[in-house]
Amino acid sequence: MRRIGIDVGGTNTDAVLIEEGKVIRAVKAPTSEDVTTGILDSLRSLGATGVLKGKGIDGVMIGTTHFINAVVQRRHLTKVAALRLGMPASASLPPFCDWPEDLAALVRGGVWMVEGGHEYDGRPFMPLDEAAVTTAAQEMKAAGLKSIGISSIFSPLDPSHERRAAELAAKVMPDAVITCSSDLGRIGLLERENAGLLNAALADLARDTIAAFEQAIRDSGIDAPLFITQNDGTVAEASQARRLPVYSFASGATNSMRGAAYLSGLQDAMVIDVGGTTTDVGQLKHGFPREANSVVKVGGVRTLFRMPDLLSIGLGGGSHVALDPLKVGPLSVGYRLLKEGIAFGGKQLTTTDIAVAAGLLALGDKAKVAHLDAATCRKVFDEAARLAEEAIDRMKTEAGDVPLIAVGGGAFLIPNKLPGVSQVIHVEHGDCANAVGAAIAQVSGECDQIFKDLSRTEALSAAQGIANDRAVSAGAARATLKTIESEDMPLAYLPGNSVRVRVRVVGDVAGS
Amino acid sequence: MSLREITADDIESLAVGAWVLGTGGGGNPYLPLLNMRALYREGHRVQLMEAVDLADDDWVGTVANMGAPLVGQERLTDSLTLARAVSVMEEHIGHRFRALMSMEIGGANGVRPLMAAAHLKRPVLDCDTMGRAYPEAQMTSVSVGGLTPYPLSAVDVRGLESIVKKVPSWKWTERVARKICVEYGSVAATCQPPRTGAEVKKWGIHGTTTKAIAIGRAVREAQRRHDDPIAAILSVEPGKLLYTGKVIDVARRATEGFLRGVVRFDGLDDWKGSTMTINFQNEWIVALRDEAPIAMTPDLICVLDSVSGEAVGSETIRYGQRVTVIALPPPQVFLSPKGLDHVGPRAFGYDLEFRSVFST
Repeated sequence: MRRIGIDVGGTNTDAVLIEEGKVIRAVKAPTSEDVTTGILDSLRSLGATGVLKGKGIDGVMIGTTHFINAVVQRRHLTKVAALRLGMPASASLPPFCDWPEDLAALVRGGVWMVEGGHEYDGRPFMPLDEAAVTTAAQEMKAAGLKSIGISSIFSPLDPSHERRAAELAAKVMPDAVITCSSDLGRIGLLERENAGLLNAALADLARDTIAAFEQAIRDSGIDAPLFITQNDGTVAEASQARRLPVYSFASGATNSMRGAAYLSGLQDAMVIDVGGTTTDVGQLKHGFPREANSVVKVGGVRTLFRMPDLLSIGLGGGSHVALDPLKVGPLSVGYRLLKEGIAFGGKQLTTTDIAVAAGLLALGDKAKVAHLDAATCRKVFDEAARLAEEAIDRMKTEAGDVPLIAVGGGAFLIPNKLPGVSQVIHVEHGDCANAVGAAIAQVSGECDQIFKDLSRTEALSAAQGIANDRAVSAGAARATLKTIESEDMPLAYLPGNSVRVRVRVVGDVAGS
Repeated sequence: MSLREITADDIESLAVGAWVLGTGGGGNPYLPLLNMRALYREGHRVQLMEAVDLADDDWVGTVANMGAPLVGQERLTDSLTLARAVSVMEEHIGHRFRALMSMEIGGANGVRPLMAAAHLKRPVLDCDTMGRAYPEAQMTSVSVGGLTPYPLSAVDVRGLESIVKKVPSWKWTERVARKICVEYGSVAATCQPPRTGAEVKKWGIHGTTTKAIAIGRAVREAQRRHDDPIAAILSVEPGKLLYTGKVIDVARRATEGFLRGVVRFDGLDDWKGSTMTINFQNEWIVALRDEAPIAMTPDLICVLDSVSGEAVGSETIRYGQRVTVIALPPPQVFLSPKGLDHVGPRAFGYDLEFRSVFST
């Protein structure tokens, strides 16, 4: 198996080649405004080392923050027709009702609400009003809309109304891009609908970006399929990623954590990823980041879907350092480090300057930081360690000491001993852990629904069967499937021993 | 007689404060809050009324949603459906309600009466019948007072309207209404048994709407100033700080239609080395510090996010959360022997003699 993993970060685009489980080569190139130039550059510099010659490449796995940035910066968004199936319920809270006004104004192409949806136990809430769906689609077409977000009450339990409505709409608008909220999963109509509408708003950008990625791979002379990494540390084939771009929102941080697990050989540990501006702390469970179990706001919109549970603090290799009184971060010089840091002839004292003065890093001009004595450096490192320790403690879910893997370009800020940590592990290629995480990503399947009148064991095994089938249809090899998360929640008030079960499985990409 | 307009900002505070008074249950008031924002944008306004301003023979409607919070996240209750539950009751009894009130100020039901009141143009009373949230209909001040447990209206948005015309006790009100609710799809808008002005004045738990608003305002202002929101709550309410810690285990099970379970915490800051365990049945019921019971129903046990000061619910509390546990004083009506029969620790199956955090 030979794969290239690429992580497009805010500062650098990292690329690694992995062969039979070993990192063969890692390179960095500056991230470009158009993203694809950076990818092309990194592939070129990987190619220049000669490692790509000879054997073929099985896959190129790209992690990108492109889609989440579009939402946060309100750029490149498509107008969306929102179609909700569930009338007469929920009419007082229509689609977009809790969006920030500026974003709603950009994305809201129109709202249609018709009868349909299901009950918690699978009974139809109302029969789907097919004629109304067709009329809605005709109005959407007349309004010039091309992307539709469909939501339906309890669609994670029974997606049939969403699917049927999508068919009917496609008859009227054969070229429309359609997002069904049930593809994004969780219970919670508004949050699931919001995720669907954001996804629909990324329709044009996803199409163009994925096409540009494929072009960049072809232009670099590599003949391999493209995969896009997902929030949960798995990958999707390019076609699925084009359909569900929201699933790659937070893949950068996830890739770092997965890469950390891979490079260290540990499956259960805390990970601290120290970048230029921020430090992310998360927890690995079975080699995957623990997921946020709650509402996550993206660009001001409440959503609820697979995202890693992370704590970000303003600490990194570019963090501003003030000596009197002592303060490290949260401001950072970011990608301007090589111009503005003192060791590089600039005026801003940064953590990197301290590391150069202390002899931890061989960068810039050591003479320029010679005035920083050992005691000063120690004080700054202690402060950085204190910030890290606090963040780690906040993310820990058990009382005892746990191992900590330190990765990222700023990992030098993490000392070898920290309270609450059994062992600090620095790994080779740790500065490219994100690209490594992309290269080793697997395929997942998930089931989240309510089961009635089954024992707990029966419900869990039914959910597992559904999750397995979904993983296989997403491209996983069945023999490699492993359950990495299994959670059951009995439901108050509901009769018949109702239990909500969430199971997630992962497996290797089939054929690799 | 004075009515006071509830401002849009009051409603934001009410949602935060009602969630604190939910003591772990009652459902997050976020969706009712969204409804109220929309209603206020459309020009609706709701007035707040003191119970003392009621005439003894006035009629008062008590509004509540029944059902599973999870269903409520998919079938979002419409403001018009809640208003309809009130109208169905008025049609049944042949009287017009002078005002509406909350059955439970804690959780989402603390905000819902305002949704009906906005449409029906009636004031909302500054009182409720729980002073918090509780899982069952007989756990109210009006039940402790032995007031008539019927009739009850239950409405579904699809045009289903039911009246529980007569039952012999509040436990039957709960049982029959629960059955209707389940048939509807485990969510129903209800108007609870109607009350007279005299009954409300005697048995209502007074000042709870303004209390929820004051708690919410304290939390929101502290958040804005980056002050300690817990200290802010304790500055407006005579509460007690019980514990600061981190969630280390959550065990849940559904039994007899309730979410029961135990949450365990490890101490932080002043409480390092000390453990806490809280048992819940939808709401937080008994808190033990270092294995010894220190707070129990009807004292209000509130688990709050240590940073934001916002309440943490029993359905969503999870590993690793940093929380502060405080107790708030219980409504007087629950401290009588009869009150403790209804909502004391034994009513929830704990063989404990009630001892208030506030009695020492």
